[in-house]
Amino acid sequence: MKHRSLSDRAFWGAGTILVVAYALVPIGWIVSLSLKPTANVADHKFLPSGATFANYRTIFKDPQFPAALRNSLGIALIATVLAVALAMFAAYAIVRLDFPGKTAVLSGALAIAMFPQVAIIGPLFNMWRSLHLFDTWPGLIIPYMTFTLPLAIWTLSAFFREIPWDLDKAARVDGATPFQAFRRVIAPLAAPGVFTSAILVFIFAWNDFLFATSLTSTNRARTVPAAIAFFTGASQFDFPTGQIAAASVVVTVPIILMVLIFQRRIVAGLTSGAVKG
Amino acid sequence: MTTTVPAPAAAGHAAAVSTSKPKVRRRARSERARAERRLGWMLCAPAVTVMLLVTAYPIGYAIYLSLHRYDLRFPTETTFIGLRNYGAVLGNRLWWQDLTSTLTITAISVVIELLLGFLLAYVMHRAIFGRGLVRSATLVPYGIITVVAAFAWRFAFDPATGFINGMLHTQRAWFTQQWSSYLVIVLTEVWKTTPFMSLLLLAGFTLVPDDVVKAARVDGATATQRLRKIIIPLMKPAILVAVLFRTLDAFRIFDAVFVQTRGAQGTETVSILGYNTMVSRLNLGLGSAVSVLIFACVLIISFVFVKGFGANLSQQRGEG
Repeated sequence: MKHRSLSDRAFWGAGTILVVAYALVPIGWIVSLSLKPTANVADHKFLPSGATFANYRTIFKDPQFPAALRNSLGIALIATVLAVALAMFAAYAIVRLDFPGKTAVLSGALAIAMFPQVAIIGPLFNMWRSLHLFDTWPGLIIPYMTFTLPLAIWTLSAFFREIPWDLDKAARVDGATPFQAFRRVIAPLAAPGVFTSAILVFIFAWNDFLFATSLTSTNRARTVPAAIAFFTGASQFDFPTGQIAAASVVVTVPIILMVLIFQRRIVAGLTSGAVKG
Repeated sequence: MTTTVPAPAAAGHAAAVSTSKPKVRRRARSERARAERRLGWMLCAPAVTVMLLVTAYPIGYAIYLSLHRYDLRFPTETTFIGLRNYGAVLGNRLWWQDLTSTLTITAISVVIELLLGFLLAYVMHRAIFGRGLVRSATLVPYGIITVVAAFAWRFAFDPATGFINGMLHTQRAWFTQQWSSYLVIVLTEVWKTTPFMSLLLLAGFTLVPDDVVKAARVDGATATQRLRKIIIPLMKPAILVAVLFRTLDAFRIFDAVFVQTRGAQGTETVSILGYNTMVSRLNLGLGSAVSVLIFACVLIISFVFVKGFGANLSQQRGEG
């Protein structure tokens, strides 16, 4: 690459700073809000003048938030494992085997990715009540798994297509058992793709609000997004701004860390298939 | 909102493989082919079953419910009433108002996202230093829970707690007027989803060969000409797919509106209407009619994009 002029560098540098500020301002704001003492919440300032962890203590003392956190983690993790497992079978078949209906599976999955989820909350609400799935973990795991399957199938197919499957044969010729060949050769090659789709599926399940608010009613299965939206203050006149901010920070930090650590993979996963199938 | 944009690539690939085999040892091959076919179906069956059971069946059930008077508060009065629920929805001003506000929010946010996303993708594509930094920063909004983002912006604009009024030295109550409520909702949408758009467009930039752009430059094309005559036409497939996905995604907007206005000031969207009718007012018959109409809108939007603009998902691979 040629040397760039000073003004060129300044231009791109400014662009970079602008993008970083764009991404971080709301995060900084919510962190600041969560640290403000109640008396200062309405001071109209971006940065807190004094910091306190009182809001964090309050949300963890109340049973509502810890329960929601547990529900969110459990439901999102189980949905992720199930969706990725089912998608792995399907993606393997799509990439490695020849059978009619393969295109139908892929385009069906595509249709579901664009499906308006609000269109089925009424029927699901009614079905879940009669199947006793309303306000339970499986009641949310099932829709999350379903709506992330397309994403997982597409991402995994794209990754699996890049795997040199013939290495498996080579390993067998060299004397490896089928299981060894799978464990030592294929599994390590497939792992990054599987991991990437798991991250994307997890983010989806962690983010959902529509199903969580329609299909749950109590601490039994209500996840964090729904719990935050229904937070009530100590009195009805006292909107729990600081506590909502604190709860938001708690659920945001792990995701940001994950996104930053695995950014390369996430970008690859999100754009997989967009250019190269 | 997490959707990746895929390209149906397997189809062409599969066809090429199956037609190029010689006809020797046909029986053994057909035996093997049958086994392969069976295994393929078996491996796909669990995923396909789940997807059908949780989407196709409920949508069928929604159609059934939409033809009935079915209110959970009066379950004994359930009767078949034909298309009267649809008449009630389509004859009500609220549906049209909500559809208009949904389309307004969708159109404004998608246009802004496309422009910003394009710029952002260009920065990521061209940036020589801080590329990783830009990419990490872009992914932050993507990872954040929509409800959290909606609260962050709501508190920022709140006249009591917000820093925006302090910064602008005003006392504006942003959520008491329609235009300013739209502004905050659109801002939230744009902030949260532009990164996704820019990643899709970034992938599109790789469809533009560097030497073509350079050649145009040598031939004396200005930057605007290069953009309009070369880069954009070459990226058109990527742009169309990104816009289609984001349009359908924005059309189902629910979280941000729910958290920020609950549909007040005429910002109610069709998803909020469906939710209110079914989950809050427990009128499953009427709510299902709303659901089916939303579903129909999504089909229409996809149809317009695919037939009208020629959004071709398989073109993405540069093979279509």
